[in-house]
Amino acid sequence: MLLLLDIISGILLVTGVFFGLSGAVGVFKLPNFFTRVHAASVTDSIAVILIVSGLVLQTPLGINIAKLLFILVFLLITSPTASHALAKSARHGGLLTMSELEKGDQEEKAPK
Amino acid sequence: MSDFIDLVLLAMLALTGLRIIFLKDLFAVVMLFGIYSFLTALIFINLDAVDVAFTEAAVGAGISSVLMLGTLALTGREEKESSHSSILPLIVVFITGAALIYGTLDMEPFGNPDNPIHKHVAPRYIEDSPKEIGLPNMVTSVLASYRGFDTLGEVVVVFAALIAVLSLLGVPKEGQEKAPASGLKSHQVLRVVAKLIISPIILFALYVQFHGDFGPGGGFQAGVIAAAALILYALVFGLPNAVAVIGPRFLKFMAAAGVLLYASVGFFSMYKGGNFLDYNKLAADPVAGQHYGILIIELGVGITVFAVMLNIYYAFGNQVERSNIQ
Repeated sequence: MLLLLDIISGILLVTGVFFGLSGAVGVFKLPNFFTRVHAASVTDSIAVILIVSGLVLQTPLGINIAKLLFILVFLLITSPTASHALAKSARHGGLLTMSELEKGDQEEKAPK
Repeated sequence: MSDFIDLVLLAMLALTGLRIIFLKDLFAVVMLFGIYSFLTALIFINLDAVDVAFTEAAVGAGISSVLMLGTLALTGREEKESSHSSILPLIVVFITGAALIYGTLDMEPFGNPDNPIHKHVAPRYIEDSPKEIGLPNMVTSVLASYRGFDTLGEVVVVFAALIAVLSLLGVPKEGQEKAPASGLKSHQVLRVVAKLIISPIILFALYVQFHGDFGPGGGFQAGVIAAAALILYALVFGLPNAVAVIGPRFLKFMAAAGVLLYASVGFFSMYKGGNFLDYNKLAADPVAGQHYGILIIELGVGITVFAVMLNIYYAFGNQVERSNIQ
């Protein structure tokens, strides 16, 4: 039983780390601001869920599990909000998405 | 493994420091300072200094980033080209750095059990604090009881920082010239989420404040966290609304009251026939007296830190709003 728990939590932790890493790669590799925010926020949320549930399985039953779950809930509320605020401020500041940029280019080219 | 983590973190710290020196965009520099603080906090955790890491994360990465961003809103985000020649400062820095490195040659090797600190001071605390003070978190006993003088000095420094900031930026006046309602009106999501999490943050601050005897935490961290909750409120719902909750004038009283509460514990123990800040005299049982003393002075620390941080933020925010009006 304990071995099974260890294996499941190990799998959860490793996949969580994988998603976290892929988010970091995405932040560096993706072409513009909105895609980067997307990479960071989506992978962050799933990585947090996976890592914290992996840690919960490692913790003996008690108050520490409650603390971990509090951290999970707090992160699940705040981190998408932060990404939303970032993207919305960028939008407010006049940053265009890729499709809008392409459309702008075509309209520029069209009259010629 | 621990050494390897330390090396990686220190390398990242050095990279962040170099980046901070060469960047001209001050907004990015402030963000890098936040990263720097988080990296330092991680190093402290790796050294098992959880209390210090907690303070570093809350103060270094949390509040000081907000305060520096407030400053940037006043000064602009581009660094001005310096007109001075940089040769003399470079020489001074070089000599100072060389002297510091020369000084480290005399230091005992890191982690050596024969170092003086591990032979005299630390064993005394580790052996005697359970029966003298009896708190599970020994860091709090050292900070609040054995080194009570130092902590009083730190609180006075925090208080002096408030006085310095207020004398530079001017005391915000209440009720005059109705400032236009600021805040993030269009960010509906932020407003909902902020409403949702502000009260848990304040609850967490109280937990940190009164749980400091048993785990990492205490007045410094709790004050900063509570101030962060109100700064979040001010950011999202506008400065006038936050001032309506706790005004700057009341905060000034709070800041002074915290320091006075701390010092009055010292004078009370003198009145009871002990030395300054000798908590043994506060109750019939010395250990219970220690507990009372630590609880009260931590409360004083928390009140002062909360009031000072929030008041400094008000002072900056007021300047920003005034410059927006003009």
